[in-house]
Amino acid sequence: MRPARVEARGWGWRHTGRLRWALDGLDLVIEPGERVLLLGPSGAGKSTLLAALAGVVGGEEEGEQHGSLGLDGRPAAAARGRAGLVLQDPDAQAVLARVGDDVAFGCENLGVPRAEIWPRVAEALDAVGLDVPLAHPTARLSGGQRQRLAIAGVLAMRPGLLLLDEPTANLDPEGVAEVRAAVGRALERTGATLVVVEHRVSTWVDLVDRVVVLDHDGRLLADGAPDAVFAQQRAALETAGVWLPDAALPLFDGELGSAAARSEPVLTAAGLAVGRERRGEPVRAGLSFDIPAGASTVITGRNGVGKSTLALTLGGLLAPLAGRVEASPALARGLVPEPHRWRSTQLLTRIGTVFQEPEHTLVARTVRDEIGVGLRALRASRAEADARIDELLDRLHLGHLAHANPFTLSGGEKRRLSVAGVLAARPPVLVLDEPTFGQDRATWLELVRLLRELVAGGSALVSVSHDADFVRAFGDRVLRLDEAGLHIAAEVAA
Amino acid sequence: MRLVGRANPVTRLAAAVVVTTPLLLTLDWASSTVILVTELALLFAAGLTVGALWRSAWPLLIAAPLAGVGMLLYGTPSGREYASFWLVHITAGSIGLALAISLRALAIGIPSIVLFRGVDATELADGLAQRVHLPADFVLGTLAAQRLVGLLIADWRQMTLARRARGLGDVWAVKRFLGMSFAVLVLAIRRGTKLATAMEARGFGAHGTDRGSRTWARASTFGARDAWLIATAAAVAATGLGIGLAIGTLHWVWS
Repeated sequence: MRPARVEARGWGWRHTGRLRWALDGLDLVIEPGERVLLLGPSGAGKSTLLAALAGVVGGEEEGEQHGSLGLDGRPAAAARGRAGLVLQDPDAQAVLARVGDDVAFGCENLGVPRAEIWPRVAEALDAVGLDVPLAHPTARLSGGQRQRLAIAGVLAMRPGLLLLDEPTANLDPEGVAEVRAAVGRALERTGATLVVVEHRVSTWVDLVDRVVVLDHDGRLLADGAPDAVFAQQRAALETAGVWLPDAALPLFDGELGSAAARSEPVLTAAGLAVGRERRGEPVRAGLSFDIPAGASTVITGRNGVGKSTLALTLGGLLAPLAGRVEASPALARGLVPEPHRWRSTQLLTRIGTVFQEPEHTLVARTVRDEIGVGLRALRASRAEADARIDELLDRLHLGHLAHANPFTLSGGEKRRLSVAGVLAARPPVLVLDEPTFGQDRATWLELVRLLRELVAGGSALVSVSHDADFVRAFGDRVLRLDEAGLHIAAEVAA
Repeated sequence: MRLVGRANPVTRLAAAVVVTTPLLLTLDWASSTVILVTELALLFAAGLTVGALWRSAWPLLIAAPLAGVGMLLYGTPSGREYASFWLVHITAGSIGLALAISLRALAIGIPSIVLFRGVDATELADGLAQRVHLPADFVLGTLAAQRLVGLLIADWRQMTLARRARGLGDVWAVKRFLGMSFAVLVLAIRRGTKLATAMEARGFGAHGTDRGSRTWARASTFGARDAWLIATAAAVAATGLGIGLAIGTLHWVWS
């Protein structure tokens, strides 16, 4: 297997139906065996470049291109199989039901003889350290394992170029470490050229020897050795939303809200058992705790430990399987204390939930209407609704997208939109499930500032997160959920 | 059951077709009985247990007699009448029909369930592509798509919660269902597109018209046991039809 050489000459790509070129006039040469970290703000066309290099950006009906993009001197579109692409979403990539078959899938498509496929499968699984039987169901792997499976599936094709598109954005810290180690080992063995896109530079900085930065319009902004680029372009990179390895975050002092507000619970759980299915097994049981009014509570814990289920239960969306969740009289405002028994429109003005996957919450055709969904359900007057929507469009920097279809927004924009939709009805309690998942630094800072303002303004915040920086910024009260239950990991004295 | 279990999934499909087709075309208690009895005898001889049969086929075991009861009470009256009140006439003819319907449902259902039980989707796809020579892209696309079903069920649940959170949970259930069906369709397309991209990135469909160059990691083979399975199925069907013809009870559905 030879490492591949990438050459872009004045290359650009525009998706069908868009005015703006995702990438424009890109000149870039990546020599065989180089390891490149590709950075840039969201919407800079990083994913488009990776897809184009993998030959899967689509044909003429999906967009138009200018200039040339070559792999070893051939057009990238004609060299499919030379480059192996791993995407962000671990759910989307397992094609077959069993681990061994899934890794073999790429080899089959490339026409590798059967006798050669299985040794390659074993080798690829070994390279990513995925030590499960070949017949193991892909559905039963953790997020980190699934991403390693995706990498193994690509490695078995023996690509000369490994393309990783935010491969760790959806993983917990353990998953990130697993994937990082797997990629390091694979590169050591194969010597393949690497291009990785990732906002969190620290994950990859030790592995790469070159950093390429694109600007918002998809043009080359900086290119060179990591240290040099980080030193010269610090300001531009930070505005672009990149997390530099040593960049200090603006200092967020721990204390939020007043001591008086913290001493008063807004939600109280007693002997709570949570689960997705009414009659199913609880994911976690025997949880008793308070959520203080006018303060921030962060719930942390591993992937799969039941944090999201707990959040949805606190949000009044899932009924407790046992025990109770009760709202304070100030929150219930005359209703029964159990939030899951409130009507949907009653819940709307009391507890707002921001979902992990914004796409699940989208219901309208334009960003403007999307923010107004709750206000319409509450039968707010036109003038009142318009004023509130304008305010939120402005506050969450969505004004220029007011008439765009919500589904066409970038990940960061969708996240901001889902927050705006919840804030519209002014609920005093906000439940957020992994609000910073896969966000670039700019969106992250914006969200953190906004959420801190809300707490300072008297809202109670309950966030589920395993983002260490987020936990630090909202460290009033940190609860850790694990197999044994819920523990207080940190708390500012009331 | 090892004979069935180790047979190629394509053979199992074919055997089920062979044994049930004559029953779909005829309606008589004699051939149904003969086929059902032979089937059960063979399946029990091959190691099927009553417990296993009940576990996989209990809805059928309950439904088949119920179908018969309908026929017994309301079937076209003919021959001697044993009881009647209002629209109900239990006659020799309706008893015969009821028996035939119940037996036929069992004789069609049991082998289908037993033969399909535990068929591995990947192996079936291998067989359909390699042995039946269905187009590989079609077979693999379908195989990959069925994996999306689980994800879409999870999407649906999550969207139900999201609608409640957004103040849309109180609207009329039918309207909400329609709205969500559309939204889940949009998500299904997006998930499908993502999966298609992931498959293309692994070289799927890269060869254009040059289909011959795809290889298969798992060989799908036919062996002696596949021949046996088909031959047995054919023999069972032929015996049933033969006896029906011989004693004159055979009745084609179109005659």
